[in-house]
Amino acid sequence: MSPSMPYLEIAPAPRVSSGLGTRRLMWEVLVTLIPVVATAAYYFGAAALLLIAATTTATMGTEWLLTRGSGKGSTRLGDGSAALSGILLGLCLPPSTPVWMALLGGVVAIILGKAVWGGLGFNLFNPALVGRAFLQAAFPLALTTWTAPQQGFWTLAPSVLAPPFMRAATDATTTATPLGLAKFAGQLVAPESLIFGGTAGSLGETSALVLILCGLWLGLRRVFDWRLPVATLLTAALFSGVLQLWGGVAPGPLFTLSSGGLLLGAVYMVTDPVTTPLTPRGMWIFGVGVGFLVVLIRTWGGLAEGVMYAILLMNAVTPLINRLTQPRTFGTGMRST
Amino acid sequence: MDDLLFIFASASVINNFTLAYFLGLCPFLGVTGRIDTALRLGSATIFVMMITALASWCLNTWVLPHAPYLRLISFIVVIASTVQFVEMAIRKLSPALFRALGIFLPLITTNCAILGLALFATNRGYGLVQGLVFAFGAGVGFTLALLIMAGIREESELAGVPALVRGAAMSFFIAGILSMAFMGFAGLFHGS
Repeated sequence: MSPSMPYLEIAPAPRVSSGLGTRRLMWEVLVTLIPVVATAAYYFGAAALLLIAATTTATMGTEWLLTRGSGKGSTRLGDGSAALSGILLGLCLPPSTPVWMALLGGVVAIILGKAVWGGLGFNLFNPALVGRAFLQAAFPLALTTWTAPQQGFWTLAPSVLAPPFMRAATDATTTATPLGLAKFAGQLVAPESLIFGGTAGSLGETSALVLILCGLWLGLRRVFDWRLPVATLLTAALFSGVLQLWGGVAPGPLFTLSSGGLLLGAVYMVTDPVTTPLTPRGMWIFGVGVGFLVVLIRTWGGLAEGVMYAILLMNAVTPLINRLTQPRTFGTGMRST
Repeated sequence: MDDLLFIFASASVINNFTLAYFLGLCPFLGVTGRIDTALRLGSATIFVMMITALASWCLNTWVLPHAPYLRLISFIVVIASTVQFVEMAIRKLSPALFRALGIFLPLITTNCAILGLALFATNRGYGLVQGLVFAFGAGVGFTLALLIMAGIREESELAGVPALVRGAAMSFFIAGILSMAFMGFAGLFHGS
């Protein structure tokens, strides 16, 4: 096994340090987010940049305030984790989200998702997804309203600049996401637009190709463990394939993989080293669980998309997975006690 | 068969008694310090729930048609006596567990999840088999919630949780996040 694998290998000494610390890890991921943000800006215009800037400002500001007041010395903005959570939260919002909600989501993501747990490394749930789930629970309508992309760079949906707790003066033209169309209207979107982008949906999930390339780059540079995304995507593909053959209840592997937030989640959230299991066996269980839950919620659930909930649910059982897959101590019996 | 499967899935996960209906919160926050205690309290609750379902079905079939005003009080009596029975059994069989559960074992009596179970089963008009499956599902769901909570709390014991939120506040934060995560199951299987 290569020594540069970035997860905590629970094995006896000797070990070799790869020099891949928290700060470099976060920056490696942040660099690959540039093309994803650029794609979002290309398809959704200034609204994408505005929302991502809002969430990132909120997360970094909250992190700065809280680490400054914690009495642990310097602030911890330099490790880039707050910026990463902010950008990821921005990428999973609809393009018509009001800016004040994005700011609120960023604050909640850091406080509830990270600070109360004791900061980076202790949080058991992905901060960006905690913020997203909070917004979805608090403002279900705003977070499931989708506007069509490609209306000109400077065209903002009126709701984006709406004042807090107020409705926008005019309504934007809304449309359904590919998943919504498949689920509630039985129509499949052409695969080209799913792969290259241009479908309605959250900011970061529009182009499958960009996400796959970023994921490959991160995987080849060993920034994350390949088992987590591979297990997630394989399970989702297999399960949806089986369902398609068995009565056509699900829209098939290719559509399942390239639509919605599955790729965004598999590349950037399932691979979070903090909130996922430590052991290789645990990683397989985690990935399989996420893939299974995604297809389950998409096929039979009340919502069209379930990636966020699937990852949060598997985050919740990660302590149990870690415990069940604990490797036995060398020299002891077959079962560790 | 599909019907029973749906009842089980609904009671255990989709409408989880603790995380969706917010019933049985006292043991959820009180006995989830350690995973093994949580597992045992969960098993005891499953047992009490099954007995309650059986007893409430008997009551509903033979007694309550003659005296409907006795429903609530007779359910409470049934639950209290079942818990008493479980308590005596655990005391004899596993004194260590008896001590670990402490006050929370008799508190199963006042666990609203169990009275809720009996009332839900009556309101939805479940038969004997449906009622038992419902009780088993609810118990499994309750145990699942306890286990997840215990796992998270054991891990956050080792984390640097700030002194400001350590203890009860942190438990409520965790319960809130878990509840948000379980919202993903809302509406599952209703369309088909």
